[in-house]
Amino acid sequence: MDLHEIQDAFYQWFSEANVQFQKIPGSAILLRYIKSSYQDDPVRSAVELFLFLFAVRYLLAPKYSTQKQKIALTEQEIDELVDDWTPEPLVAPQTAFEEIENEKRPVIVGPTGPKSKLSNGRTVTNLASYNFYNFVGNETLKEKAVQTLRTYGVGPCGPPGFYGTQDVHMKTEADVASHLGVESCIVYAQSFSTISGCIPAFSKRGDIIVADSALNYSARKGVQISRSTVKWFEHNNMKDLEQVLQKVTKEQMKKPLTRRFIITEGLFETTGDVVDLPKLVELKLKYKFRIILDETWSYGVLGRTGRGVTEAQNVDPTQVDMIIGNLSGPLCAAGGFCAGTEEVVSHQRLSSASYTFSAALPAMLATTASETIRLIQESPEILAQLRENIKAMRSQLDPRSDWVRCTSATDNPILLLVLKQDALTSRNFGQKEQEWILQEVVDECLANGVLITRLKAMPQPLGAAVSAQSPQPQPALKICVTTGLSKKETEKAGVVIRHAITKIMTKKR
Amino acid sequence: MPSTRSLYPFASSSPSLDPTTEKAGTRRTSFSKPSKFTSFFSTSPKSRSALSEADAIKAALAGQGAQHPYNSPSAISTSSLSLPSISLSTATGTNMKTEDTTLFQPPTPAEAARIARAHAQFGPLGSKNHLYSSRFVGNDFPDPIEDEPPMYFLITTYISYLILIIFGHVRDFFGKRFRAEKYKYLRANDGYAPLNSDFDNFYTRRLQKRISDCFARPTTGVPGRFITLLDRKSNDHNMTFHFTGTTTETLNLSSYNYLGFAQSEGPCADAVEITTRKNGISVCSPRADAGTTDLHIEVEDLIAKFVGKPAATVFSMGFVTNATVFSALAGKGSLIISDELNHSSIRYGTRLSGAMIKMFKHNNMKDLEKVLREAISQGQPRTHRPWKKIILAIEGLYSMEGTMCNLPAVLQLKKKYKFHLFIDEAHSIGALGPNGKGVCDYFGVDPAEVDILMGTLTKSFGANGGYIAADKDIIDKLRVTNAGTLFAESPSPPVLMQISAALRCISGDLAPGQGAERLQRLAFNSRYLRLGLKRLGYIVFGHDDSPIVPIMLYNPAKIPAFSHEMSARKISVVVVGYPATPLVESRARFCLSAAHTKEDLDRVLSACDSIGDILQLKLSSGIAGGAEPIPDGLTNEEEHRIQKGEKTEFKPPRWRLEDVLKRGVDDIKMPLR
Ligand SMILES: Cc1ncc(COP(=O)(O)O)c(C=O)c1O
Repeated sequence: MDLHEIQDAFYQWFSEANVQFQKIPGSAILLRYIKSSYQDDPVRSAVELFLFLFAVRYLLAPKYSTQKQKIALTEQEIDELVDDWTPEPLVAPQTAFEEIENEKRPVIVGPTGPKSKLSNGRTVTNLASYNFYNFVGNETLKEKAVQTLRTYGVGPCGPPGFYGTQDVHMKTEADVASHLGVESCIVYAQSFSTISGCIPAFSKRGDIIVADSALNYSARKGVQISRSTVKWFEHNNMKDLEQVLQKVTKEQMKKPLTRRFIITEGLFETTGDVVDLPKLVELKLKYKFRIILDETWSYGVLGRTGRGVTEAQNVDPTQVDMIIGNLSGPLCAAGGFCAGTEEVVSHQRLSSASYTFSAALPAMLATTASETIRLIQESPEILAQLRENIKAMRSQLDPRSDWVRCTSATDNPILLLVLKQDALTSRNFGQKEQEWILQEVVDECLANGVLITRLKAMPQPLGAAVSAQSPQPQPALKICVTTGLSKKETEKAGVVIRHAITKIMTKKR
Repeated sequence: MPSTRSLYPFASSSPSLDPTTEKAGTRRTSFSKPSKFTSFFSTSPKSRSALSEADAIKAALAGQGAQHPYNSPSAISTSSLSLPSISLSTATGTNMKTEDTTLFQPPTPAEAARIARAHAQFGPLGSKNHLYSSRFVGNDFPDPIEDEPPMYFLITTYISYLILIIFGHVRDFFGKRFRAEKYKYLRANDGYAPLNSDFDNFYTRRLQKRISDCFARPTTGVPGRFITLLDRKSNDHNMTFHFTGTTTETLNLSSYNYLGFAQSEGPCADAVEITTRKNGISVCSPRADAGTTDLHIEVEDLIAKFVGKPAATVFSMGFVTNATVFSALAGKGSLIISDELNHSSIRYGTRLSGAMIKMFKHNNMKDLEKVLREAISQGQPRTHRPWKKIILAIEGLYSMEGTMCNLPAVLQLKKKYKFHLFIDEAHSIGALGPNGKGVCDYFGVDPAEVDILMGTLTKSFGANGGYIAADKDIIDKLRVTNAGTLFAESPSPPVLMQISAALRCISGDLAPGQGAERLQRLAFNSRYLRLGLKRLGYIVFGHDDSPIVPIMLYNPAKIPAFSHEMSARKISVVVVGYPATPLVESRARFCLSAAHTKEDLDRVLSACDSIGDILQLKLSSGIAGGAEPIPDGLTNEEEHRIQKGEKTEFKPPRWRLEDVLKRGVDDIKMPLR
């Protein structure tokens, strides 16, 4: 091919391109613009061209220049580095305390109940399960569950969005919503995952979360994954909360409005005390925050018919934007829920990861939840009976014991006992020592036929600096009262626990 | 009361049981060429005649001795009962009182109803020929060939989205001005920022809402071979739905019921009933407190033995298993390398761990190696200190793609680069391998070579929850450092028993023979449907042995159209589009099950045949298989060449349905071509 042909081909290509270019809408305007600007002011055109080229170069450049930090290596050097590299094992060896925990974990043989048989053959009084109303032994519940099994099988074999939603789930959702007195409700397959799915569904980067510093693990993880701006306020301190809210409001004054949430719990998992909801609602209304209230431990427990903090403290439940609850503990089924307005609920159905990307709750567990909700509504006397037992247990421990104090609210069936401050200071006990001591107390109780447990410390992120770790709750004994035991039996168990504490503590003198 | 509702398939109160007889002919003509635009904006399901395909399938099956191919499940069940042939299936054998089904004494109506019900959950095996066992042999696991549609379809897809988006904005523009009340939730209100940001919500509001009747369809009863949908209607363009009070029983290609353990009868359900009565419904405590029972330990041992690892631990949710495990394995200074298409739970867990996360292209071993070499040679960013450890997180079987991980290649890389390997077997456990033991089984790899095998119990086993199997020291450490064990509720006894019974069934300890049949039926069904769809001309993604068969729809308007067409033929499928898939790759996904019979799949194929014509879905070019049969009268040598795929020219496969059905059973036993 000689030069001529090339020229010809190029010309043809160029006129073709020209025709095509003119076909593009707006091309005429562009051409006219360039022509006229060139006539008027050639320098400007040059500047514009330069700017245009610069912009192209800028856009094509990698976003964050990591290149600079990279060390150029030959393939051979890389191979050597690969050969040299020795990774750490997947997990670190167990610590002595972890070994003890693994060894001492109780194994129940057969059904759970107020009296449970352990794998060592002994039958003990079980004050470690959340079996507050002894629903586990209820024969009608079992009968209903079997009926559901015979209609639905066990698992729904799919996430709710893909044919996993069954009519029983919708019924459970409606039951919870009408029990609480809110518009709508969404049932998750697991209680633990509910709040950690719910928070990031609403709170995104740039949004603001003001959270109680004693928040439980699951909620913390939800906060972490949301990547929102977090401010912590002193546990259950409404004054401090107000100050934080004030500060946030002031800081945000000039900025565009973002979503703002207060996250706290009804009955706290790590301390057992109860939130001051009327004050919280007042602050929320004043500073225009939304409340995400984790009622995992208060739903089914507080209030005359077990509706939780809203009932116990006479707060309109619609004032709380999202109520998170638990169907697996007091209600003896499985799963969790988030209740609120229709908008709140339908948003989660599409954007809460642990709902959308996980299989639905087995039907027989959903119907069990519906049944137990009906039970606590229809017979509020079991709630009263539970409170009697709580009182009986508590009277044996706090203030009777010299060594421990109960941090739980009076109506909380989970009694958290922490070592008293003077006992700690006189012995100079740290976190780890307290855990050891309490484990000894648990063992001592078990030796005397009472199964209780400890509040477990939150796992800390691996490799994180101490400053980056989340604050640990004070180690505590955890005692779960149940109506499956009479008042007498409860008191007796209380005595055993008190004596065990005294024995271990006096030994450590 | 749900528990008293009859799920007896005859009692279906659905207004029309048989789509083939109703409206036949009357509407046929009006749909000969569907306009893109009408289907684009239609939101209500259209029942269309399926006359021609019914004829076709009847004709096709006539020679195979099937009498009522697919009119309704009850027709199948009764026909197989009234025939004087004894079912070869052992699957329902334990339930069947054989003396009732002797040759000349028909079963009592009650018995017949019971058996029909059981068959609606788990179809009887039609022939011993419909079994297969899949495993990979060889060295190089080939990547699946991805076919592409003609350019026209890609362009129209983009244009469709463009139109949808423009329309969305136009509607927003006018809506926000003239019907402000309806858009209140998008604006700041009384000092509160909107819960949904306008921008984030746009997709849901303007695209998803149009077709939301295809998602989250409520069901009732067992999600087995058939699934019963609660009929619902919307009078306000899918803003709200109301139930009509009727139900429709549809063929179920949507549930992750790979081994067909979603049953309310049979040995598993019986065992679950006994456990429920004995052990109650819940243990009301986290594993670490008082939530560990002998049943948990038994199930953990069974799982460990099943997957071939020294120890295992179970959780009450698969999502949370992944969401909490990475924090216990890795942290600052560690690197997690994750496949770009990994499940949301893995992304969630890895993000929580605080480790650095790097992605590699889906199943692309070259890219993985590149990432590994760079990571190890460069070390941690800024400090260049070596990584403490590197964890590679992949899935065994990808639920949207139908692809399997390339385990042999990954293990080779593992030898060289010394990373720890985490495989999520959510979909592959039970569903892959000659013994159902997942990817290791399928590839014939020693499970010891994989550090952590995670899986869910939600899918193949018809239960709920997740597990992690690994060496004993790892499991022991996880039990005390993993939040899922410390704080989350413990799995409940009935669920555990379902797992235990399913596992014992697969290994043959419970109801011997059943487990093996389930595995082989699933393998057969997977290959049969995949090959059939390829031959019909569909673009099918994924590996040949995968029980997940995604077919490509491309245009967004075809998502609801396909779903509605399938519904009209009483088949439930999952359709997905953006953002679960890349923008252009909208797809429908078939999940196969051991509960399906060959006739069920023929019904699906015939539906796909006619829908493919209506919606223009037969787009394959032939590079990904489905080739025409090898013509007779070739020399051995030529035949060999063709079988090896040494043909440069590909003819788009567009088989006739009759030929697909006729040749399928034999052809799936050879390498799919
Ligand atoms: C790969 C993968 N991992 C984990 C999960 C979560 O399992 P589950 O549904 O039991 O929560 C799924 C479920 O969809 C999955 O596909």
